[in-house]
Amino acid sequence: MSVFEGFRFRHVSSPIHRLDPRVKFLFVLVMFVAAVMFYELLPLSILFLLPVPFVLLAGVQRQWLRSLRGALFLAVFLFVFNLIFGYLSPGTVPYGMAPLEYASAMLLRFLVLVESFSIFFLTTSPDHLSLALEQSHVPYEFTFAFTTAVRFVPVLAEEAQTIMDAQKARGLELERGNFMKRVRNYIPILIPLIVSAIRRSLELAEAMESRAWGAVKKRTNLYVLKMRRGDLVLIVISVILLVTAVFVRYYVHPLPTITTLLPK
Amino acid sequence: MIEVQDVYFTYQTTGVEALKGVSLSIRNGEFVAIMGQNGAGKTTLVKQFNGLLKPNKGNVLIDRVNTRNISIAQLARKVGFVFQNPDHQLFSETVEDEVAFALKNFGFNEETIEKRVTWALNLLDLTEYRKTSPFMLSGGERKRVALASVLAWDPEVVILDEPTIGQDHQQKETLRQFIIQLNSQGKTVVIVTHDVEFVAECNPRVTLMSEGQIVADGRARQILTNSDVALKAFVVPPQITQIFQGLADLGFPADVIDVSEAGKILIEHFQAERNKR
Repeated sequence: MSVFEGFRFRHVSSPIHRLDPRVKFLFVLVMFVAAVMFYELLPLSILFLLPVPFVLLAGVQRQWLRSLRGALFLAVFLFVFNLIFGYLSPGTVPYGMAPLEYASAMLLRFLVLVESFSIFFLTTSPDHLSLALEQSHVPYEFTFAFTTAVRFVPVLAEEAQTIMDAQKARGLELERGNFMKRVRNYIPILIPLIVSAIRRSLELAEAMESRAWGAVKKRTNLYVLKMRRGDLVLIVISVILLVTAVFVRYYVHPLPTITTLLPK
Repeated sequence: MIEVQDVYFTYQTTGVEALKGVSLSIRNGEFVAIMGQNGAGKTTLVKQFNGLLKPNKGNVLIDRVNTRNISIAQLARKVGFVFQNPDHQLFSETVEDEVAFALKNFGFNEETIEKRVTWALNLLDLTEYRKTSPFMLSGGERKRVALASVLAWDPEVVILDEPTIGQDHQQKETLRQFIIQLNSQGKTVVIVTHDVEFVAECNPRVTLMSEGQIVADGRARQILTNSDVALKAFVVPPQITQIFQGLADLGFPADVIDVSEAGKILIEHFQAERNKR
């Protein structure tokens, strides 16, 4: 579950934490687009290293590394499969690239996607996120549902632990049996978890209604998101990144591969 | 026999040190109530008894076997643990299946399972709900199903975490009689509770915890009437005790914890007064 640790927000303050979530999301989106545009190792390496200053500035390197470590299993999986298929059917690898380089590039692409989303969630509080959604004219019902879901993840995790304890105390051994048996072992955990989650949501709904939720159609907020200088800087960075990526993609041809860069 | 030897335990996720050098020994057939305020370490302590938690330092021995060297499933066979909230364990389609779940896990044969389920349902007055879904039952009934599902495999030790929460007076009284009956049949019973009045009526051995340590251990009558000790663990003496302690300078005993006992003393007192006149 360590990959989820890397997406959990903790309350700290840093220049990155204070940025407007909409701008941060724009940056993540640009990272995403750029990562998908390239399949070469060199630009993906640059993209991979690009968010590192942000991480250091926000002081979330520990959690960030943990999320990367959590993603590593899937990344290695991608790497191995790309490598195998690169050798088995060379047609899948772009012209002029070694399968090893292509597989490494795909691994990096995946890590770039994970790391940028991880930074976003590590440095954006659920409250900010809901504000951003609201001020982007997403209906409040959806915003609320979304933030509530995020907020209840730790509660649900704790509950899952208690349920596991309760079933273990009745002799359930999760690690016993073949694969199918092991999957079935989780039924006594999932059913109470789902039932209590539904029960909890009904209770929450009643508690909200009794506190006049939705009585006023048009809501106002105590805090209003405003763009500051830092946000403008990040917008500029994002635009430059996007323009550079598009330029390099369409006008720099061909991109140097590692094999051509290495000294002969 | 449960032996807790100088146990320290810290929760890794939160870093909270919940047990700080706890030593305790519970003999077979004893009835112990573990009391103390929220966060005193009561539940953490009893979770060591069936191996759900293992000490960071010190040892827990169940019948001279260290909990570190034995699986939870093996320990559970001996130490039954009834969780506070029945909704954390109910999952089967019928009450019958729910009670049979643990028996299947422990590998009992069909015939024995059938017999034990019938016995346990009868014991907790649930026979009429045998084919009902546990989710259709009321809160008190669900709690009884959870209890039946543990008692079904007849463990030597029964641990009940907050058994009185959410129970009305009648159900509490039934539960009290039931626990005393279990205990008189030779079972070791350990309850974790805040409910001072309930403990006073049961009159078990009381182990009082505060901030991860045991601060007092003795009969309920000694512990619950000792306001110094009780205050340290934020346990308020039973109401009847408070009344009698207020009347102590009139010559009433200050260590009364039971309402029926209090009644007898008062009747004796007033009869003596009337005879004097």
